[in-house]
Amino acid sequence: MSSTLLDLTLVFGQLSLLAFGGANSVVPEMQRQVTELHGWLTPHEFAALYALAQAAPGPNMMVVSLVGWRVAGVAGALTTTLAVAIPASILTLLVSGAWFTFRDKPWRKAVQVGLMPVTTGLLMASAGLLLESTVLDWRLGVLAVVATAVFQFTKLHPLLVLGAAAVLGAIGVVG
Amino acid sequence: MLVEQRRWLTPTEFSELLGVCQFLPGPNIVNLSVSLGARWHGPIGSVVAFVGLWAAPLAIVLCLAAGYDHFSALPVVRNAFGGLAAGASALILSTALKIAEPLRAWPTGLAIAGIVTLAVAVLRWPLPVVLVVVAPVAIALAHWSKR
Repeated sequence: MSSTLLDLTLVFGQLSLLAFGGANSVVPEMQRQVTELHGWLTPHEFAALYALAQAAPGPNMMVVSLVGWRVAGVAGALTTTLAVAIPASILTLLVSGAWFTFRDKPWRKAVQVGLMPVTTGLLMASAGLLLESTVLDWRLGVLAVVATAVFQFTKLHPLLVLGAAAVLGAIGVVG
Repeated sequence: MLVEQRRWLTPTEFSELLGVCQFLPGPNIVNLSVSLGARWHGPIGSVVAFVGLWAAPLAIVLCLAAGYDHFSALPVVRNAFGGLAAGASALILSTALKIAEPLRAWPTGLAIAGIVTLAVAVLRWPLPVVLVVVAPVAIALAHWSKR
């Protein structure tokens, strides 16, 4: 295994076990590792791959495969995908039995409630970092604010909104 | 689909299993499909479920990415992408705001969320450090505030 593939395995294997609250919680750490520590991508490239993964069908963890692909081709994509899936899956298989056994214990409830604000903070941080690297001028800023309001207050399908954002970009209204 | 069309498991079983998978680290949907696969067919079931979930979307997204690489020299493609990227950032912000909503009833929780945001996004602390420092405190506070 080349050293790049080994690095990818270590980075994404670690992310797998840190992803409390789902994939989006580790976006800041993924960005830090991939852009600052390893210099594989610029923050803007990372945000572009994230956007592509959001717009495409399938699990939103797709950004992991895309980063692997960008760094080391198809082998990289397979490496990061498996590295992020396997450790967490094994842990789930081991722990889920115990979790059901302790269903009624009070500390289980405390763990669940206590982790909620942590997850919220991680998501806020993800949003902040992605906005920082995608809102490059005031028009994109307006687009982001309007899109957030639409996601919050309407039931429009997110893909419609993302499509509209892409069209606005393409015809030169923003960006 | 699993519950209503195939009747492979009851709604309660489904939501309990989803609860576990959301709590544990890792991509939720991967955890869910792998544990369901394992439940019915052991290790082979897990592998089949994972490949089934991931293979087609992976192929599609790699084609899209290759297409983007190929055409990104065109300003119109680059600009469309700029708009898309800002929209995707807005989507995650909106998700974060929705998750924050129930915390309004628990100011301590809001404060914890704020500290985590600051530590991760502004101070750029490594995630393991943040989790080791903040998570135990948050769990302890949650435990006391209930009594």
